[in-house]
Amino acid sequence: MTPMKPLIQKLVETPSPSGYESKIREVVRAEITPHVDDIRVDALGNLIARKGKKSAQGLKIMLAAHIDEIGLIVTHVDDNGFASFSPIGGVRPLNCVGGRVRFLNGQAGVIFTEPLDDPSKTPAFEQLYIDLGCSSRKDCPVGVGDVAVFERPFTDMGNRLVSKAMDDRIGAAVLIEALRQLKSTPHELYFVFSVQEEVGVRGATTAAFGIDPDLGLASDVTLTGDTPRRTGRRMEVSLGKGPAIKVRDGGMLADPRVVGWMVKAAEKAGLPYQLEILEGGSTDARAIQLTRAGVPAGCLSIPCRYVHSPSEMVDFRDVENAVRLLVELISKPVKLDE
Amino acid sequence: MPKTKETLCIRANQLKLLERLCNASGVSGDEGQVRAIVLEQVRPAVDEVKVDALGNVLATKRGTSGGDRRPRVMLAAHMDEVGFMLTNDEGDGIYRFETVGGVDVRQLAGKAVHVGKEHYVGVIGAKPIHLTEKGETESTIPLDTLRIDLGLEGKKAKIGDRATFATPFARIGPSLRAKALDNRLGVATLIELVKNAPPNIDILAAFTVQEENGLRGARVAAFAFDPDLAIVLDATPAYDLPNWDDAQNTQYNTRLGEGPAIYIADSGTLSDPRLIRLVTETAEAQGIPFQIRQPGGGGTDAGAIHRQRAGIPSVSVSVPHRYSHTAVSIARLADWENTLKLVHAALGRITPSILASDR
Repeated sequence: MTPMKPLIQKLVETPSPSGYESKIREVVRAEITPHVDDIRVDALGNLIARKGKKSAQGLKIMLAAHIDEIGLIVTHVDDNGFASFSPIGGVRPLNCVGGRVRFLNGQAGVIFTEPLDDPSKTPAFEQLYIDLGCSSRKDCPVGVGDVAVFERPFTDMGNRLVSKAMDDRIGAAVLIEALRQLKSTPHELYFVFSVQEEVGVRGATTAAFGIDPDLGLASDVTLTGDTPRRTGRRMEVSLGKGPAIKVRDGGMLADPRVVGWMVKAAEKAGLPYQLEILEGGSTDARAIQLTRAGVPAGCLSIPCRYVHSPSEMVDFRDVENAVRLLVELISKPVKLDE
Repeated sequence: MPKTKETLCIRANQLKLLERLCNASGVSGDEGQVRAIVLEQVRPAVDEVKVDALGNVLATKRGTSGGDRRPRVMLAAHMDEVGFMLTNDEGDGIYRFETVGGVDVRQLAGKAVHVGKEHYVGVIGAKPIHLTEKGETESTIPLDTLRIDLGLEGKKAKIGDRATFATPFARIGPSLRAKALDNRLGVATLIELVKNAPPNIDILAAFTVQEENGLRGARVAAFAFDPDLAIVLDATPAYDLPNWDDAQNTQYNTRLGEGPAIYIADSGTLSDPRLIRLVTETAEAQGIPFQIRQPGGGGTDAGAIHRQRAGIPSVSVSVPHRYSHTAVSIARLADWENTLKLVHAALGRITPSILASDR
């Protein structure tokens, strides 16, 4: 296996919020071009790469990992050069205060609110502002409509990796690495690096319509239940216990035949896995499932702590095992038991 | 491409048409009166027109240059307005009602309404102040205690009939005052664009239904047209009055007098940057004022259109107006005219290579 960590680092550190994915798309394109049969970019900016031709026992399979990340968009710059903003995707005000951001034009910013009227209360977005380090609107290097992402460096803790945008650059890394390792396939595979997932799985919706697949599989992060202070029902997914096979989330009941196919493949290959039930949340798999007349769909999830914060944490062994499982799944014929 | 100065403008007959459109009743799902005006206006100007299953008017005006590389451009403007639906007949001309589309219940007590196709005059009654009790005036009157009183005309109304605010259209100096400026301004603009179609594109004009209750008409219209790209014409709120406490108003959305509002992002759509550039560069080249609508919140038909089929690059351009979704809205004639000029000029600059670079 080629070293994946530098690939992951390159992916997570590329700034590309929903709607503005061209930078990350070019990074991905450079990684996959030698390994695929053709590549195109569709109307919304999805990168769609085909590998293989459908043989007699083959299916048209759409794999999806989203390359957009959550971010911010400037709504107003006041007379003193402070910028008000709106979130792009599921950003929490809680994760903003004191945060650093990087605009697509390269400018850096700090988010804060002063005075902290009541330090025990989370401020609302309307109270937060971005400080661009300037003194007036005239000197401000950003304007209304400019977009930014959170800025945190990739940190390698050994088994655990931390960065912003593990959601879902880790899924993209899994797809890229599986593509590299894939020796042969009976299927017509579409590796879709999708856009605008964080604002409502928009890219996957249109990509799936265009591809019209027989089967869909997303690769995205999922939450875990293995941190302290959990009260009540605990999610039964933990870091380090293997990639997660999604049974359901807030947007989709995974096709049980797809779940069965994934479980069988993992067991046959002797790979660790977990079954995942997520309260809430949604992935590109939902969009694929509801395309046209319907598509059997599921999701291969990477367990991840602190999702939608600037410090998302995954276990590298789960990532490597996800790659192994995905290669198993797509290099052999698919048998979906009723 | 000849660099001609944009010359379309608003004259008396366009104002008269806007007046007819604003005064017509067209609450979501019941757009017939507006549709009739639209059909009368566009039929003579287009190659084909049909009314689809939901009531959208779909009109095609083919271009004359460029052969089969000619871009197919969908233009959408929703015909429906927010309003009310009568739900229970309580006798003596008194009706319970529900809101249709986003209507602030605080706006309702004491307003005059028109009910049904015949525009029967009714009132959403309010208790006279001298009969109110201490504390009663502090809180919003809940919707289920409000009634539309049609007086003796009530016998002719039925449950299911829609009602609209009864505000008559008026031009007051530089301003327009009416109900349903959202989105009769967009409808009037689209009619004018269809009548002045440039030769370089095919115009697929969709006068849509049921935008206010979920972008429903636009979704099916986009499926039917399957265009190369879409521009949506709407009206957007301006909350641009100064704050009462002199704090900077940082949440104005748009401002009256600053020209057509171009959308970068709302809650339903992240506009295609290639189309944003088309519109802003056109404005700069033609010297047409424009503003960027504050990102976040709200939505237009673009929310449904861009997600249809395999994806349709989309952008929205709106006329700013104050007091949106209430009985009386205000817009500036100059903002409307500049919106018309801007979109017309932008259409003339669309070439087959506009989508050649990736989004």
